[in-house]
Amino acid sequence: MSQAAFNPAAEQEKLDLEMVEIHLLTEGIYRHYGFDFRDYSLPSMRRRIWKRVYAEGLSTISALQEKVLHDSGCMERLLLDLSINTTAMFRDPTFYLAFRNKVVPILRTYPFVRIWHAGCSTGEEVWSMAMLLTEEGIYNRCRIYATDINEAVLQKAKDGIFPIASMQENTSNYISAGGKDTFSEYYTARYDYAIFRPSLRENIVFAQHNLVTDASFNQFNVIFCRNVLIYFNNALQERVQQLFLNSLDNFGILGLGRKESIRFTSVADSYEEIDAEERLYRRVR
Amino acid sequence: MRQIGIIVIGTSLGGMHALSVLLGALPPDFDPPIAAVQHRYRFSNESLPAYLRTKSKLPVVDVDDKLFIRPRHVYLAPADYHLLVERGSFDLSKDPAVKYSRPSIDVLFESAADAYRAQCVGVLLTGSNDDGAQGLVRIKKQGGFVIVEDPASAEAPEMPQSGIDTAQVDRILPLERIGPYLVELWRQSRT
Repeated sequence: MSQAAFNPAAEQEKLDLEMVEIHLLTEGIYRHYGFDFRDYSLPSMRRRIWKRVYAEGLSTISALQEKVLHDSGCMERLLLDLSINTTAMFRDPTFYLAFRNKVVPILRTYPFVRIWHAGCSTGEEVWSMAMLLTEEGIYNRCRIYATDINEAVLQKAKDGIFPIASMQENTSNYISAGGKDTFSEYYTARYDYAIFRPSLRENIVFAQHNLVTDASFNQFNVIFCRNVLIYFNNALQERVQQLFLNSLDNFGILGLGRKESIRFTSVADSYEEIDAEERLYRRVR
Repeated sequence: MRQIGIIVIGTSLGGMHALSVLLGALPPDFDPPIAAVQHRYRFSNESLPAYLRTKSKLPVVDVDDKLFIRPRHVYLAPADYHLLVERGSFDLSKDPAVKYSRPSIDVLFESAADAYRAQCVGVLLTGSNDDGAQGLVRIKKQGGFVIVEDPASAEAPEMPQSGIDTAQVDRILPLERIGPYLVELWRQSRT
């Protein structure tokens, strides 16, 4: 395979131009549609944007900008690229196990528990939590507020209908997570889908919420936000961590993704670790 | 001489041994930060970093999101996340698998190439698929330097071979010589 000789100045210019294009695209989306991706982390943004450029049959980010601004269908598709996070029931089973063993005993002492699941995507982890709390006998005292920026995925979360093909993995996660019943009893199989028991949804409120632009909407005892902040840059992570801190009661619990950490933000000193490995924290000041 | 901003390494089948040989050849004052993807099982625990710690004179770290990149450290992509490089810090992502892999070598290499350009050195070792080859192409396109393990010496030759077939490779070396060669590159860069 022959390759043109390397020309540092030309490559540098191309990269700088790419930065300008990404900036203009996100600024245009913000002004026209109100979605704010301006403080999303660059490396992932770059990959996701280029994926959409090629999928639309285009060759530059500028061309994508034009299409996105004039064609709301294209914006919908880009929005899915930028905001969908794949998930599974009881993902990272040891997280749920730690929650069961170390957090549930604390929650038992509360008359009422408010839980915010921020960035819930298609809802698998919300339904998982409803099962766990049911098995622990405290679900009737809990209310879960499940939010996401994206209405389309939120509707999926609300429906509670998931591909039957994922049930094998879900079942094995459920068992590793310390599940106490039989996983298959939570759903009814219909063709290629598993329809989950509507009773699990009784204490879940699904609502659109944008972590980037919206304010806090309640005080909570528990906040989950797993593998959402990795897509934000430092400034935006800082903003959202402040939002969480201000939305947590004293001694409230914060649960992050397995490789997300509060130690690079200014809220680090406001929490103590409940389980360092599983990224479960408790607000202490 | 070429400044080295970061060294990125990719490997899959046979990688645990290959990484231990390569890292074991580096002295404790080896400055350039190293980021490595070894294809790992989704639920794999701490065993890979723990093992490599016994072989490397440099500290070996499983990366947390937004961790700063510091000299004299070896950074590993955590299980079930893509590892991406931004200038000065790491990013993680849960985006879909690339070449059936998460972490993916291409994702690490391409992001490092864009962030460090000519200061990026890519190393592709033993492995059984073609992850990493496109990443090498990007590193070369940005003016970086590319080393591939000699397929003849590799436990699984497919990965280095696809790198050689796809990218314009600077050096093809047997495993034992890659570490010493990196030391040589680094020493030259300081003169």
